[in-house]
Amino acid sequence: MAEMKTLHVFRGDQSGGEEVAYEIPVEAGMVVLDAVHQIQATQAPDLAVRWNCKAARCGSCSAEVNGKPSLMCKTRVDAIEGEIHVRPMKAFPLIRDLVTDVSWNYEKAKQIEPFAPKEPAPFTMYQRDVERSQQFRKCIECFLCQDVCHVLREHSAKEQYFGPRFMIKIAELEMHPMDGADRLHFTSHQAGVGMCNITKCCQEVCPEHIHLTDDAIIPLKERVADREWDPIRALFHKTAAR
Amino acid sequence: MAQRAQALTPAPRRRKWEWPWWVSPAGTVTALGLFTIYSLWETLTHSSGQYHNYLSPFFSPDVRAIGIQFLPAIWVVWAPLLFRATCYYYRKAYYRSFFSDPLACARPERPGRAYTGETKLPFVLSNLHRFFFYVTVVVMAFLWYDAIRAFIFPNGFGVGVGSLLMLLNVILLSVYTFSCHAFRHLIGGGLDCFSCSRGPILRYSLWKTVSKWNQEHATWAWLSMFSVWATDLYIRLLISGVLHDVRLF
Ligand code: SF4
Ligand code: SF4
Ligand code: FES
Ligand code: FES
Repeated sequence: MAEMKTLHVFRGDQSGGEEVAYEIPVEAGMVVLDAVHQIQATQAPDLAVRWNCKAARCGSCSAEVNGKPSLMCKTRVDAIEGEIHVRPMKAFPLIRDLVTDVSWNYEKAKQIEPFAPKEPAPFTMYQRDVERSQQFRKCIECFLCQDVCHVLREHSAKEQYFGPRFMIKIAELEMHPMDGADRLHFTSHQAGVGMCNITKCCQEVCPEHIHLTDDAIIPLKERVADREWDPIRALFHKTAAR
Repeated sequence: MAQRAQALTPAPRRRKWEWPWWVSPAGTVTALGLFTIYSLWETLTHSSGQYHNYLSPFFSPDVRAIGIQFLPAIWVVWAPLLFRATCYYYRKAYYRSFFSDPLACARPERPGRAYTGETKLPFVLSNLHRFFFYVTVVVMAFLWYDAIRAFIFPNGFGVGVGSLLMLLNVILLSVYTFSCHAFRHLIGGGLDCFSCSRGPILRYSLWKTVSKWNQEHATWAWLSMFSVWATDLYIRLLISGVLHDVRLF
């Protein structure tokens, strides 16, 4: 007989809710999303869950598995000791059960100045110049980094900080060899890079293993420091820009 | 219902052992706390760190040479101290362990606490990190000089346990210093286009090398802190006569 496992899944909406326990038979290679689908198919057809690719590509199935922000389709059931608790992302408003409203992220994305080419395409670019931006383009917009970031999650500072996902977006554009826009004042003020205290939780949860803190946020902080904290470099920048 | 991702029977995933979440902050508080107490004791209660050709890193450069006799270590340690206090890795370590901001990822914090990140005093001053890097590079030059001198005994070249400790210490300190994020930025990270700079290949490969060292910056931070500690303690025990230096040849 198949091994049975208890899944405690959050059920509820903005007005309240609680975890409900479901017993499911564990199958070989099962991931948490399979288990949730199993529950949906056999015990709770009204259980709300967002998903799409089941291959860790679309970034839809983000949730918190035993307290850790994770993609449900990438989290193996047999890798978890004991009971499994599945809850929706804490940093975003709940719609129902495991589904949250992540539209705030799209609002922030719109505020970032898009790619502004220095000259009309096509351009010649070398691999060494684009590899930093390429890392950031691996992002699948699962928003797990936004969910784990304590600035958004615990301090609800959504007005002051755009969050790590958009720091890598800004870094991708700022480090692009053919981009002519200057987003550093924006990064420091509206986007609020100073709110990040580089504690690296975003980097720990990213399913794409993007080095958000080391390769985007810290380099952005250094670029801002060039401008706002380093009179020698700021002067050099002004002269060079003339 | 959707198709299972894996049709064949895959091997069960081995469960990864993870330390309880509090181990890392507790370890950091203990190690940094003990090191701070030791450093205070060392700098505030001693007037010299010299034992023959060995000089403790707490006392280098030796400011007594320019006539400063009062607590000579104080005139030296502020630079590496501020360099470490504003280091991106140590910032992460103390924000997490000493300020619980956050204590561990996705753990609830005390509600209602005002949080301003690194936008207000005193933490906004971390933006000055690069300047402490510049000063530390100067200190590093003295430490290399001391490490070489540690192999020159009154009867010529020799190797003692102290010489090896001082050499290991300066190597670890160098790797820590030159894996710094501010240096990584300075050496090439600040450029948008390596190919458009003067010496594109050189800038790119320097940046690549520093980036590689930078990935282990936390390791270098701890190892170099312990090597400073061990080197100083060894020399202190030699000075106080508790130990005798072992000459290997
Ligand atoms: S490193 Fe910064 S952006 Fe990433 S989780 Fe921590 S505070 Fe948030
Ligand atoms: S950076 Fe990583 S964690 Fe953040 S949204 Fe992109 S893929 Fe998800
Ligand atoms: S369903 Fe697409 S990432 Fe999980
Ligand atoms: S970042 Fe650690 S020394 Fe500069």
